[in-house]
Amino acid sequence: MSDSLRSALAVLPDYLSQHVLLSAAALALGVALSVPLLIAARHSARLRWPVLAAASLIQTVPSIALLALFYPLLLGLSRLTDRLFGVRFQALGFLPSLLALTLYSILPILRNGVTAVLNLDPAILQAAHGVGMTSRQRLLRVELPLAAPMLMAGVRTSAVWVIGTATLATPVGQTSLGNYIFTGLQLANWVWVLFGCGVAVALALVTDQLLALIEFGLARRRPRLAWLGLCVLIAGVAAAAAVPLTASRRAALVVGAKNFTEQYILAALISSRLRATGHPVTERTGLGSTLAFQALAANELSVYVDYTGTVWHDDLHHSGDPPRAQMLSLLRTQLRRRYGIELLGPLGYENAYVLAMRSRQAAALGIRTIGDLAPFAPRFALGGDLEFFARPVWRDLKRRYGLHFRALRQYEPAFMYHALMSGAVNVIAAFSSDGRIAEDHLVVLKDPLHVIPPYAAVILLSPRAAHDPALRRALAPLIDHIPIALMRQANFMVDRRHDKRTPRQAARWLAHAAHLR
Amino acid sequence: MISLQGVCKSFDGGASHALRNVSLEVPARTFLAVVGDSGSGKTTLLKTINRLVEPDAGEVCIDGAPVRSVASHELRRRIGYVFQGVGLFPHLSIAENIGITPQLAGWPGDAIRARVEELIDLVCLPRAYLARMPAELSGGQRQRVGIARALAARPAIVLMDEPFGALDPITRDGLGGECRRLHASMRLTTVMVTHDILEAVLLADRIVVMRGGRAVADGAPHELLAGHPDPAVSTLMDMPRRQAARVRSLLEERAARE
Repeated sequence: MSDSLRSALAVLPDYLSQHVLLSAAALALGVALSVPLLIAARHSARLRWPVLAAASLIQTVPSIALLALFYPLLLGLSRLTDRLFGVRFQALGFLPSLLALTLYSILPILRNGVTAVLNLDPAILQAAHGVGMTSRQRLLRVELPLAAPMLMAGVRTSAVWVIGTATLATPVGQTSLGNYIFTGLQLANWVWVLFGCGVAVALALVTDQLLALIEFGLARRRPRLAWLGLCVLIAGVAAAAAVPLTASRRAALVVGAKNFTEQYILAALISSRLRATGHPVTERTGLGSTLAFQALAANELSVYVDYTGTVWHDDLHHSGDPPRAQMLSLLRTQLRRRYGIELLGPLGYENAYVLAMRSRQAAALGIRTIGDLAPFAPRFALGGDLEFFARPVWRDLKRRYGLHFRALRQYEPAFMYHALMSGAVNVIAAFSSDGRIAEDHLVVLKDPLHVIPPYAAVILLSPRAAHDPALRRALAPLIDHIPIALMRQANFMVDRRHDKRTPRQAARWLAHAAHLR
Repeated sequence: MISLQGVCKSFDGGASHALRNVSLEVPARTFLAVVGDSGSGKTTLLKTINRLVEPDAGEVCIDGAPVRSVASHELRRRIGYVFQGVGLFPHLSIAENIGITPQLAGWPGDAIRARVEELIDLVCLPRAYLARMPAELSGGQRQRVGIARALAARPAIVLMDEPFGALDPITRDGLGGECRRLHASMRLTTVMVTHDILEAVLLADRIVVMRGGRAVADGAPHELLAGHPDPAVSTLMDMPRRQAARVRSLLEERAARE
């Protein structure tokens, strides 16, 4: 069995159980909301129209955007309840995912239910009155039983959607089968991507078939079959709920990682050091950059690694750069004052954005600096990661060097290098610590105007974790102990196309190579 | 006894009237047929009795008590109701369909079972049908079940709205006869709406003719057949008489030839 597959199987109980719990909760909540809505709206066109229109509208919002939008919403709400009642809740992870998926699940159930109820034979409804049923009896004994098969078909559609869409909960910090897909995509680990898809599809198929059994049992009046389907479903959810219970007690520390290779490796390194001191730890990986910072400020993450330039520009919203020497101390005081976040210290290397080209083309055109690139830019396409073109550093580069590219293309980092090598783009905004720069023999263009700010990797602690001396002691040995060459090599172990290592293996290698105590 | 006093009903806020000031008395154990064209108000009249339609004005009483004085579902459990659409519940077996009103009224299970068996015999269907689903029966058999369901809770009154409208003539004739038989043996008060004047003449003790929301004629079949001052009514009653005469002459011709 390959290492990839073995590592994928090792986390399967965690990913699958969280995926099942999230999907089941969303579907149950969706049914619990849709059925009363259906009952209220079935005889009232005035209510039916807006309810169905709203449900359809929600469905048109791209699912990943819907998931992402709930985070700031809940964060604001959490701040409000904190101020009013002193109650805070987790704005990251389960809650935003649950709410978004619940909204998503409503439309198929509601639309099928309404269609079923509206298409009931009027003679049967008249008979229900005629034999002396109250409106409640008519609903329970006639309308719902007759609408049940179609309603169940809606629940089945909904279940398949929810299970599929739940893979998108990963970027908002909820562990799901999407972790395989997002991590695999970042690390170009196709075994993980396929594994995640396969398990999600299998889960959807099994759920669909069990719901079909319930539907069949209801339609053919064989209650035993319906009960059997329901019991197996409940047993599955119960088993999923039991997994976190059998694992150690609730994790006190949450280690975060953004969505690129180096972050996965550093998160694995930090987790292993914290675990070694007896801290229970969970990881939340694949987070968006600003999301990770906000989550740290809100104590939803305990620790993660960020970069000085990113924090300075994107999170503290400064324009212009302080002198290199002062950056760290300025950041430390401002983070502490404004967020209570503790900057524990730098890891010892920089991971700046750099513009990189294939060496042959750069040599042929005599391009050594970004200034040299400017005259060629109108013929070139520039590739960047999903965040680069929205960052202040790109705005500044464009202005100071007068860069006007023919086209700008966004890629997952894993695909960006392929795009450069295949000629789809001529220049990429790469990370300086990326091992693929050396592997692909790329030329890093010089920045004589010093537009790109320093991006020193720093460990950030949440306000709560800042007061944990044991945690600080556990991470102190990392400070100034990760040289760029080792980080690059660790990154490359994971990113290279052959003999790939998992982030955990790379982290172990890094700890050893850096002689960490 | 059913009585209607000055009953009015409009479905469009007064622009037109389905019932205009209708007053009517139906003594106990009468078989009343209400006839008229479609739109004449005959079905609306029927539905005011079990409150499927609530009058705008006037009063409907049963045995002297206004029907409004009891909850509508309680009232309907005491009145059998048969209509053209039949409306058997497709998800319930024949036994469950027949037993639904006693079940709603809270009869014990044994009593319901006994009553259901008694009724399936009364409407001349084999008991084996009790376990079947409505979709497995023919149209005529379904309407027999519909009649059994209407009679299940031992109502004193049965309302029938075009009960045989969708059936073929032979089934129709047979079921009509059985209804009359059940009416007599169970000592029912029956109000039947029909557009078939011959059916009304053959089954009913009394016929009310509706036109434009009013009762324009009211009498025993033989009285109305004898002639009526309203020309439309006499034209209407002419039809069964002419049909009967034609059949009689055909029979006589044949007898003469033999």
